[in-house]
Formats: sequence, C-alpha cells, structure tokens
Amino acid sequence: MADDNDKRTLSYREAAGEGLREALNRDERVFLMGEDVGRYGGCFAVSKGLLAEFGPERIRDTPLSESGFVGIGIGAAVGGMRPIVEIMTVNFSLLALDQIVNHAATLLHMSGGQFNVPVVIRMSTGAGNQLAAQHSHRLEGWYAHIPGIKILAPATLEDVHGMLQPALEDPDPVLIFEHSVLYNLQQEVPAEFSAVDISTARIHRVGSDVTLITYGASLYKCLDAAATLTEQGIEAEVIDLRVLRPLDETTFLNSVRKTRRALIVDEGWRSGSLSAEISARIMEQAFYDLDAPVERLCSAEVPMPYAQHMEQAALPQPEAIVAMIKRMVAGGDGVDHE
Amino acid sequence: MEKTSPKLTELFDRDTAVERLRQMTLLRRFEEKSAELYSATKIRGFLHLYVGQEAVATGIIPYLNPDDGVVATYREHCHALLKGVSAASIMAEMYGKQEGCSRGRGGSMHLFDAASRFYGGWAIVGGGMPLAAGLALADKMQHTGRINCVFFGEGAMAEGEFHEAMNLASLWQLPVLFVCENNLYAMGTRLDLSEAQTDLSQKAASYNVASRAVDGMDLLQVTEAARQAISHVRSGQGPYFLECRTYRFRAHSMFDAELYREKAEVEQWKQRDPLLSYGQLLQKLGCLDDAALEQLEADVAHEVDEAVRYAEAGSWEAVEDLSRFVYSET
Ligand SMILES: Cc1ncc(C[n+]2csc(CCOP(=O)(O)OP(=O)(O)O)c2C)c(N)n1
Repeated sequence: MADDNDKRTLSYREAAGEGLREALNRDERVFLMGEDVGRYGGCFAVSKGLLAEFGPERIRDTPLSESGFVGIGIGAAVGGMRPIVEIMTVNFSLLALDQIVNHAATLLHMSGGQFNVPVVIRMSTGAGNQLAAQHSHRLEGWYAHIPGIKILAPATLEDVHGMLQPALEDPDPVLIFEHSVLYNLQQEVPAEFSAVDISTARIHRVGSDVTLITYGASLYKCLDAAATLTEQGIEAEVIDLRVLRPLDETTFLNSVRKTRRALIVDEGWRSGSLSAEISARIMEQAFYDLDAPVERLCSAEVPMPYAQHMEQAALPQPEAIVAMIKRMVAGGDGVDHE
Repeated sequence: MEKTSPKLTELFDRDTAVERLRQMTLLRRFEEKSAELYSATKIRGFLHLYVGQEAVATGIIPYLNPDDGVVATYREHCHALLKGVSAASIMAEMYGKQEGCSRGRGGSMHLFDAASRFYGGWAIVGGGMPLAAGLALADKMQHTGRINCVFFGEGAMAEGEFHEAMNLASLWQLPVLFVCENNLYAMGTRLDLSEAQTDLSQKAASYNVASRAVDGMDLLQVTEAARQAISHVRSGQGPYFLECRTYRFRAHSMFDAELYREKAEVEQWKQRDPLLSYGQLLQKLGCLDDAALEQLEADVAHEVDEAVRYAEAGSWEAVEDLSRFVYSET
C-alpha cells in the first residue's frame, strides 16, 4: 500500500486542469479551444495558467461562435489535429448541435468509413446553482441518444483527469460532461493518477439489497443515501455509469441480477431519458431476476426555476432516494407485510 | 464615432434634463444595492451589473413609446427599470420571491413584464435578436405602428443569431432597432480578439442596415442618436443599428477575477463615468443646485429601500406549484 506521502488532496477543477496539461505535453497535435479558455482563465478556471504555459496557438480563445468553433474543431480533427474543444456549458452547446449531430456524428458512416473524427468536446452540465432555466440543463442523456458519438460523465477526480487521454486516443468524437457542482469537490488522490478506461461502469459501493444506478454529481447523492440506508439495515450497491454511450450494460445487469432491485437516479428529465433506456434494458434482459419493478428518480419536468427551494424541489435528493428504496425493499407500499 | 456632443438645451427642457439624472442615479444605486445583497446571499445565481453603461439605456428607452417592445440580455436590470418595471418587482425577483416580476422563476437574468412590454431577460448570448425581429414582424404584419428595440453586447455579434436576424430584418424591412452596447469585453475576450472587423457598424452596413456609432458614455450623444434611429424605424424605413461605445466598470458577473484587463484601464474609463459627468454638466448649467441633488439622491435611496423592503416582505411560491407554467393554463 502507498504511504500517506503519496497522497494529496485536489479539487475536481484541478484534476481536470492537470489532465489538460498532460495531454498538451504528450502530443503536439493537441490544442484547446473555446470561449475564455485563455486570458480569462476558463469560465470554471479549469484552464487557468495554460495560456502562459502553452501560448495562444495551442490555447485558443474563441469568439462567441459555438457552431463555428465546434465545427472548426471537427474539421481540424479530420485534418489531423487532436483538438479539445471546450464549450462553457451544455446550454450553449445547443448552438453547435448541428455540427455535433449532423456533422461529427455522421461523417464516418456517410463516407463509408473513410473519415473518422477524433475530436474531444468538453462541457459543463448540471443544475444546483440557482442559474435558472437557460443555464441549468442536463442534456448528456439526450446526447447519448445519438449513434456516432461517445458520451462520458466523469464523477470523480480520477475520471475527470484520466478520461481525457483515452478520449483523445479514440478515433471517434467523444463528448465529456463535467457537472458544474463538482468543480469544487475535493478528494484525496494518489501522487500519480492511474489510467482509466472509457468503456466500463464502476461499482462504487458493494451491496446486496438494491442497485442504485447513477452518474455525475448524483453519484454523491446516491452514496449519501446508501450510507443512511446501511444504518437501517439495507445494503445498496451503487454503480457509477461513467460512460453514457455506449452503455456498459453488463455491469448493471449483473448487479441487478444479484440485488434483484434497481433504482436509477438521473438528474435529467424522465420522459424519453437515459433512465428510461436503462430501465428498458433491465426489463428486457433481467426481468425474471427482479423482485420489484425498476424505479426511477429524475428531475421534475419543468425548466429549472430560479428560487432555491423550487430548484431543490425539482432535483433528485438523497432523502427521496432513501424513501424510494425503503418502499421498494419493503414491497411496494412502505409497510412491511412479513 | 462622433466626437462632438449636441447641446443639452437642444435636447432637453430643464425637467427632462433632471429626470435623466434621476433615472441614471436610480440605476446606479439600485445596482450598488444589488451587489451588496448578493454578498449577503439574498440574491443568488448570476448577477451581471450595468454600472458604467447607464447612459446607453437612459439615452434610448425613454424615447420609445410605452407599447414598444424591449428585448435585453442577462445584464438587464436597468433596461427593465427604464421600461417601467418597478424596482420593487425586480428586487423581489432577484430574491426569488413570488411577488417578483417573473414570479421568482427567472431571477436576475430573466426579468419579464408583459404590462411594460419588457420581453426579457435572455441569457443565451445572441438569443434575443431573432426574437426581437419576430416581434417586429408581428407588428409590421398587424400594422400596429409599434417598434422594437433589442440590446446586446458586442460579443453577441460573433454569433450566427446576429447575422441571421440582421439579414432577415433588413430583407423584410422590420421595425427593429438593434442597439449594440460595445463595452469592449465579452467576459474576458477583448473586441479585437474576437472580431476580425472591429468597426461594428460595417457589419450592419453589409446587410444594408442604416447605422451609426456614438459615444455611449455621453448621454447627450446617445439621446440625439436614439431619437434619429427611432424615427427612422418608426417611419417604416426598416431596421437600424446603433453602436454605443461604453465600458463596464465592474466584473462581468460576481465570479470574475478580471485577469484580462489592467486596473489602470478601468480607472481611466471611470474618469468618464456617465453619471458623474452628466451630473456635473447639469450643475454647471445651473439645472440643479446642491440641495436639489441631495433631494434627488434621497428620493432614489427611498425608492431602492422600498424595493428591498418589498422583496424582504415577499413570500415563497408554494412547492406544490412547481409544475406550473410548463404549459399554458387555459
Ligand atoms: C451562447 C452563449 N455562449 C456563451 C455564454 C456565456 N457568456 C455569458 S455573457 C458572455 C459574454 C457576452 O459578452 P457581450 O455580448 O459583449 O455582452 P456583455 O456581457 O459585455 O454585456 C458569455 C461568453 C452564453 N451565455 N451564451
């Protein structure tokens, strides 16, 4: 075991920045481009200091032209570079949707396999800071609907640091969603991060009574709920999906077959969502292993309101997770019939 | 950009001249109070202040008719105040109270008020421009005689929305006044680092839109240009593009370390503070004495205090109502 000297405490923001720095050092073809990534220091301060270190050729401030610079990133990737395009938030990625969905996601297929698009597009996502309806979207699940792009949702420092490298090595477009409430998260990490994959889900906590399937910032709400449930004699297994497309269904199906119950916690809206997809796959492939219907806890289907009490009411909360699981374990109505 | 200012007496009678000072003072004090309340965590989320830019909206909005439409950005408290949205309902909105002009659903970035025809309060940069052109299309098709005015920063001119809206507005000769508040920085990105053509009215000209650039720190220049622009648009000659060169004295929002500009540059612009310089001009011309100025400040302070009191006394919307206003309640 490593001794304490090999450990350090870092923020999610710093881990992401370290990942960027290493990528820029590792490969001359890598460059970072986006609004205010340079002089401003990045809207979440992830890229702070990189301009001084790597210069304006490789740390490119762009105008407010999301469609343009995302498209240019796609073109530069086709042309042999390894761009990391930063979109400040998922909300503004909607201006670049055409480039992502109609262009990046289709080129390989439309060209009969001739042109691949090794672009990486990073953006923040998520609600919880009282930023109201135009600055609080969680649309990573929606992007996961699209064949041709890969969707990553790093919830830990290890992942936000480590997913970038395999994403850059991947021949296809990869979108990385960093939940904005995680940037200040502090975790103890090893002196040297180890490599991670971008293909598997991760079991964060082993349990026998119910499987909690989640990703992004909701991971911590699920871990909180699991800690509360332990005190009440219920052991929840917590799975961090990590990769939203292509989904690692083996991990969650195996878990559900063991625990026989599943709750999906997703900050996205419920209708037509990633949680619906996961639920469907469990029904299709593990129906006879279930002791209870699969349940979902998602955000209320409203644009995000500004007022704090309304925003919190719209989001999944640990107390609601606990309540739902107790009901599921008890057998439907919360009353123990045995 | 024009160098000389028109004479005050050519533009205003005495009461109007003083009223403009009262308006600019209200804008400034209202926002200073907002910053204070943000630090006290009464106001949350993002808060973008207009301090330094007051002469722009004050030179334009009073010349619109009450039923003309205004569309603005997330930096819109002052535009809303000038369009007739009450300070109290804006403050309540920023508190997240249901007495707020958007019921607490919108916050600082999303002020709306149908009665004053204040159409927001939009936080996707560039998003308001097509909307304003659409309001103008409706006015044109219904022969209402109304016009619409949309405010945006120079940063927004790099977005496709600007170009598409300009072209359409010109093609269809829509009654819309585009006001670019060129404060030189889009967050941390200076104009010359985001625009290949920094003479912004050239862009309007390329769409065959009449345009003009004025000193946005000078209320008199803005006023004179606004009157001309508004009469152009109202007379059916199509859209107009007015660039007002200005500066924001404060950070982009409350989370900005301002690494991208020198303190000295900010100080230099503060020498041209539109509120101070206009106030001094009025005093020099004898439009108001010290006692009158004191009274004006006291009246404004009272209005701001009342707004805070109203917001404090306001109530939280019931959580059971969370799902309202997703679809219309018919
Ligand atoms: C489409 C979009 N991209 C990025 C942002 C983030 N953002 C908010 S304001 C801003 C700068 C806008 O500058 P400008 O248009 O000049 O207006 P100012 O803030 O100076 O008033 C940026 C980059 C956004 N809100 N919307």
